[in-house]
Amino acid sequence: MKNHAKIKEVVFWALFFVIFGLIPLLEKSDYHLILANHILIWGMFAMAFNMLFGVTGMLSFGQALYYGLGAYSVGLMVKNFGDIWFLPAIGLGLLSATLVSILIGLLVIRVSGVYFTVLTLAFGQLVWQITFKWYHFTGGDDGIQSIIPPGILANHTVYYFFTLLLVAVSIWVLRRLVNSPMGLVLRCIRQNPDRVRFLGRRVRRNQLRIYVISSFFAALAGGLMAGVDNSIHPDMFYWTTSGEVILMAVIGGIGQFFGPFIGAALIIIIQDVVGARTEYWSLIIGLIMMVMVLILPKGLVGEVQLLRGRFRPDAKNRGENGTTFSA
Amino acid sequence: MEPLLVLDSVTKSFGGLRVTAGVSFSVAPGSISAVIGPNGAGKTSLFNQITGYLRPDKGRIIFRQEDITDLSTREIVSRGMGRAFQVTSFFPEETVLDNVRVACLSRLNKTRKAIKNVSYFKEATDKAFKILESIGLGKQADRPAFELAHGDQKLLDIGIALGLEPKMLLLDEPTSGMSPEERLLTRNLIKRLWKEFNLTLLFIEHDMDTVFGIAQTVRVLQMGRLLAEGTPEEIRNNPEVITAYLGEEVL
Amino acid sequence: MDPSFIIMQFLSGLMMATLLFLVASGLTLIFGVGNVFNFAHGSFYMIGAYLAYQTVSAWHANFWISVLVAALGAGVLGMIAESVFLRRIYGRAEEGGFQILLTYSFILVIDDLVKLIWGAEYKSLARPTGFRGAIEIGGLTIPSYNLAIIGIGLVVVVMAWLILSRTRTGRIARAAALDREMLGSMGVNVPLTMTLVFGIATAMGGFAGALAAPLRSVVPGAGIEVIIDSLIVVVIGGMGNFWGAWLGALILGEVNSFAVATVPDWASLFNYLVMVLTLIFKPEGLFASRKIRKV
Repeated sequence: MKNHAKIKEVVFWALFFVIFGLIPLLEKSDYHLILANHILIWGMFAMAFNMLFGVTGMLSFGQALYYGLGAYSVGLMVKNFGDIWFLPAIGLGLLSATLVSILIGLLVIRVSGVYFTVLTLAFGQLVWQITFKWYHFTGGDDGIQSIIPPGILANHTVYYFFTLLLVAVSIWVLRRLVNSPMGLVLRCIRQNPDRVRFLGRRVRRNQLRIYVISSFFAALAGGLMAGVDNSIHPDMFYWTTSGEVILMAVIGGIGQFFGPFIGAALIIIIQDVVGARTEYWSLIIGLIMMVMVLILPKGLVGEVQLLRGRFRPDAKNRGENGTTFSA
Repeated sequence: MEPLLVLDSVTKSFGGLRVTAGVSFSVAPGSISAVIGPNGAGKTSLFNQITGYLRPDKGRIIFRQEDITDLSTREIVSRGMGRAFQVTSFFPEETVLDNVRVACLSRLNKTRKAIKNVSYFKEATDKAFKILESIGLGKQADRPAFELAHGDQKLLDIGIALGLEPKMLLLDEPTSGMSPEERLLTRNLIKRLWKEFNLTLLFIEHDMDTVFGIAQTVRVLQMGRLLAEGTPEEIRNNPEVITAYLGEEVL
Repeated sequence: MDPSFIIMQFLSGLMMATLLFLVASGLTLIFGVGNVFNFAHGSFYMIGAYLAYQTVSAWHANFWISVLVAALGAGVLGMIAESVFLRRIYGRAEEGGFQILLTYSFILVIDDLVKLIWGAEYKSLARPTGFRGAIEIGGLTIPSYNLAIIGIGLVVVVMAWLILSRTRTGRIARAAALDREMLGSMGVNVPLTMTLVFGIATAMGGFAGALAAPLRSVVPGAGIEVIIDSLIVVVIGGMGNFWGAWLGALILGEVNSFAVATVPDWASLFNYLVMVLTLIFKPEGLFASRKIRKV
């Protein structure tokens, strides 16, 4: 089991650096570079989201709030003060996401289950509406265009490696977190919150911690995305953005650490191939979600592992129990 | 010697139903004692109140000379109260080792550590292994807990409680759902753990062999009140207890 | 402030509250009785609106017949959704989360199917004959259709109260806050009951959608706005609580009506404000009656 996890980790990092490191060398067109950049950023966002859902059992339908906050911090600072503020603006996004997630978190962690989901959704929509309607500050429906990172970061390849570095560090940090004592407590909270109280630990406080951490990385994803697309729009706050990140996690497997990243890659590739040719994109992702929930609840990575597990005699039961999170 | 735990007229009602009706008793440090009584006598409710899971309507609970009546579960646990559950309570998807290790980490106040791997914390890991050896689950350390047999899961529940190094341990029907052979083993195990970990043990049990086999003091609850308290010998011969609960055939 | 303004806004709020209550009560019914969280409840509202539009504009039927068609259609579709899809995840570990995900997929699919069938453009529906004018009461001009909706709402509330308090089914539904196992042990055909309850709940959504169609434009994506408002209603009232939904709808409808009249641009923010206040002071709703499930 332990070796298995080790191998999986080594394979992931090797593939990660080989594939994402080589893309700029093999591809001369910006198009695929941007696509790869999207996969990196969404992959990190989905993994951070899964710290809430897959690890701690908190299904937030409002992570778009922090993603948008990160993006709008960058957009508004660059628009109002110039592109030199790009990097400090990412920092400001992280800071504001931390503060806002503490405030909202204190409210939403008071309830659990469906209530938690509903409230996170409602807060996300609240901020979306404010962004949408506060036209003279946020640009409303128009969003903000021509957000160009400063200096050498304006070069697409350089910016790509900049995000690659930040995403790799973020994934590494989340990876450490999952395997740390705090990560263990979070996993325990999903499985048996009452017993965690009997360990002398505060369940709500730990839930707040991971809510803030997850939101922090969502804001980082948003800030980085503003520099990739050079524009932002209020839909980044919209509930479908939260829904998409959930879908990515579910496709890859919420019981897997690396699953959500793979789910993000798949969704972005499918969207690239199919999405451009149809106006019925939400029908497609709806059907994918339906199939995942009904037939492949452990996600693609989880189901593949389960399939392999069937051929190992010592592990016939493994993974049959809910959404076993294998770290 | 000062008693470790004192219950003073603890009372609790749900709607019109009195689950605990003015129960008072005290538990001496280092003792091993039992609470018995028919189903619905309020035994588990009493444990829930001692551990802050329910708040008594009236009365006080004193633990280590401190009033813990209004404290939260977390605070009571951190003062040295441990508990294993009637409906076995553990973390099914974690390994057997991590189930106990999380308790050891909590005891050592390391659960806020978010960067270093759990195995880096050697003190907690060693302690967890030691506990697993004591409860006989050492060989199963790397299995996910849901794979364990029911009896082993009950032991794991106790193991988790031991990871917190409690002064006092409450066991809620430790042998329920076990075969007679398993019961015998568990009975001996409990007695051994009691000595090995310097515990004050208070347990609820229906199996009279276990109760009269290891308890120094037996308390009988009936309809929320304390019907009798005494040595196993006194309880066995108490006519009230015999008519109310034990019946003739048990003896 | 002008008293006639207050009365007018109050009545308009009452009408909004009635529509909200009709939708939210279905949502809370299926949660309270069946322990199912139907995220797609607003989509059944939208289906109701489209069915009403279809019946009136394409088949030239009477509006009130179209309301019945809408309720029946939404009910049948709800029963299909429950018996073909939702049923398959009952009892699964962490079912609550999967319920949200599955019914979320319904929203996406229904939104696009509606677009596929009726197109993406706005549809509108005329008010029914006999309710196109307004009634004058003491100098106030009140649209008669608004009064009709308030009246229908009152009838539904009274009927629901009678069913809940005077019939055996109602008492079972109210008392037990039913878990499926307990229902089974009481000799109830659980799968059939679940399907029926789900059908009744979605039929109420479709009914409300049809009634609202002449007042609001019918458009794909209408479901999500409705579901968020209904969710706020049930959060205020306490999830699974029928009278909580009623009170929540009343509060939200009135707050919204007065906000629209005074600060039209920011009116919808007041819904959230009410929710946040409820959350701070009564996190499990004004009428919280049951333990909230852990996802």
